[in-house]
Amino acid sequence: MSQLQDEIRAAAEPYPDKKSAVMSGLRMAQHQYGGWLPPEALVEVAEALDLTPAHVQSVASFYDMYNLAPVGEHVVEVCTNISCALVGAQQVVDAFSEELGIEPGETSEDGKVTLRTIECAGGCGYAPVVVLDHRYREPTRPEDVRGIVEELRNG
Amino acid sequence: MAEHAHAVLAGADERDLTKISEYRAVGGYATLEKARGMSREAVIEEISNASLRGRGGAGFPMGRKLSLVQPPEAAGKPTYVVANADESEPGSFKDREIMSRVPHRFLEGCLIAAHAIGSKHVFVYIRGEYLAEFDVLKAAADEARDAGVLGDVTLVIHRGAGAYICGEETALLDSLEGKRGQPRPRPPFPPVAGLYDAPTLINNVQTLANVPLIIDLGAAEYSKIGPEASPGTVVYSLSGNVQRPGNYELPLGTTLRELIYDVGGGIPNGRQLKAIIPGGSSVPVFTPDQIDTPADFDSIQKAGSFLGSAAIIVVDDRACMVQLALRAEKFYMHESCGKCTPCREGTRWMVNLLEKIESGEAGHADLNLLRNVCDRVEGRSLCALGDFAVWPVRSYIDKYRDEFEAHLDGAGCPYGGESSVDGVMAPVDLHRHLPLTEVPA
Repeated sequence: MSQLQDEIRAAAEPYPDKKSAVMSGLRMAQHQYGGWLPPEALVEVAEALDLTPAHVQSVASFYDMYNLAPVGEHVVEVCTNISCALVGAQQVVDAFSEELGIEPGETSEDGKVTLRTIECAGGCGYAPVVVLDHRYREPTRPEDVRGIVEELRNG
Repeated sequence: MAEHAHAVLAGADERDLTKISEYRAVGGYATLEKARGMSREAVIEEISNASLRGRGGAGFPMGRKLSLVQPPEAAGKPTYVVANADESEPGSFKDREIMSRVPHRFLEGCLIAAHAIGSKHVFVYIRGEYLAEFDVLKAAADEARDAGVLGDVTLVIHRGAGAYICGEETALLDSLEGKRGQPRPRPPFPPVAGLYDAPTLINNVQTLANVPLIIDLGAAEYSKIGPEASPGTVVYSLSGNVQRPGNYELPLGTTLRELIYDVGGGIPNGRQLKAIIPGGSSVPVFTPDQIDTPADFDSIQKAGSFLGSAAIIVVDDRACMVQLALRAEKFYMHESCGKCTPCREGTRWMVNLLEKIESGEAGHADLNLLRNVCDRVEGRSLCALGDFAVWPVRSYIDKYRDEFEAHLDGAGCPYGGESSVDGVMAPVDLHRHLPLTEVPA
């Protein structure tokens, strides 16, 4: 057992059935593997919990927060659901797109930043919502974008 | 003017109630002791008499749910309390506020509920994106554990990973069991066979956070807040084109006008009100003439929609309703779990037809077909997501039909690129593999 697998097994302890820890396991593995889940990560999670890699993959592919392809060092997510859209979310997406020189869904050439749109993050009253490396930045206006990108590039 | 009423969030403006010492200073966890001194039946009776209706969307009476859960000695196995903190209805952000400001009150509600059904196991399923809220809740849970408040109850906080459908209770249970979060056929319902096939009470965060107050005040006192049929307060989430968006805890039955104009400060930039979505993006839309509807379960339903999670989205006159419908439908298409056909296929048909209408390439037959697809999806899916995918689109068509028709037969969008939601991208646009084939006339 690797250290990651020991940690995943420990995370499974509070559950009556260790299978329940597959989500925690995937999150821990994703962190360890640099932000995404290559096939060997799925195998590692499967072994730790006595599951088949196919089952682990079926779970990993279901949820939005597991990345099955590499992402940049930083991930910028812009919510474009209704409440954010009504107060200018697309302008925020466009500003990031322009500043980073990439389209949503892409990663900058230097591998620093991935940009994507997300569904409702639950920050509708503080819209538009941007999530920077899992931390909410509410609200974010198009004029804030240049500073944010600069920080990410230097950070 | 809407009357200010704090129940669930009481004391949070004055004190840092994330700390157990502060929460105890306002009487926190004393109610749990009181409840533990009562019989299970007496706790359930109090909650039933308080007519507490679920705050997660469906409005199901909590007392009835409690009384349906088999006790562990009858079931012959452990039973469970599951708190649904997977808040993901577009427009809704109230549970987040409750967990980050009064986490102990919420946990106390979970523990009282556990006592009421004789369960020794509480699971909180919190959406994966709520990392800051998870941190607060975990710290509170650790404090409660260290203070011995949990007693012999185990408490596990389980993080989701981004799936709207996991707010649906049976999908949540599958997710918690380590599977893809897909709804289960019912019956059996969770009180009979829920988590690990055992009797399970599953309730929304805000519902559970009301429980300490009910036990503390007693049902008779509690019932004096808000309308008779659904007493208590609700945390309204106000968003969209409104001057002061945010969460506001008020008595149930506050009117939409009070919420939007008195509380929310009205529509910014001198724009006109065009539409009100009264319960999160999934519910049928209201037109401005329905603004005097009281925002409680029964009144909103009588007026043709649902209070849902009390998420009120305000839409001003710059929004094209076809574009808004398209954005909503792309969400449901993305979040459809794929298990049953009407929802999985229907959402794609609706998106394709709405895109055709928005582009100006559609005719009346397409609009009628879209309306027809709505009727064929509604009521035919395993869970309510199919209905949620229908209600916005169908209500936008029925209430703003002129606007939809103005797009047809080559005319295109009457807003000419000036709509507030023009060209808004959705995650589904980033990975939509199915070709947009011609829709048959």
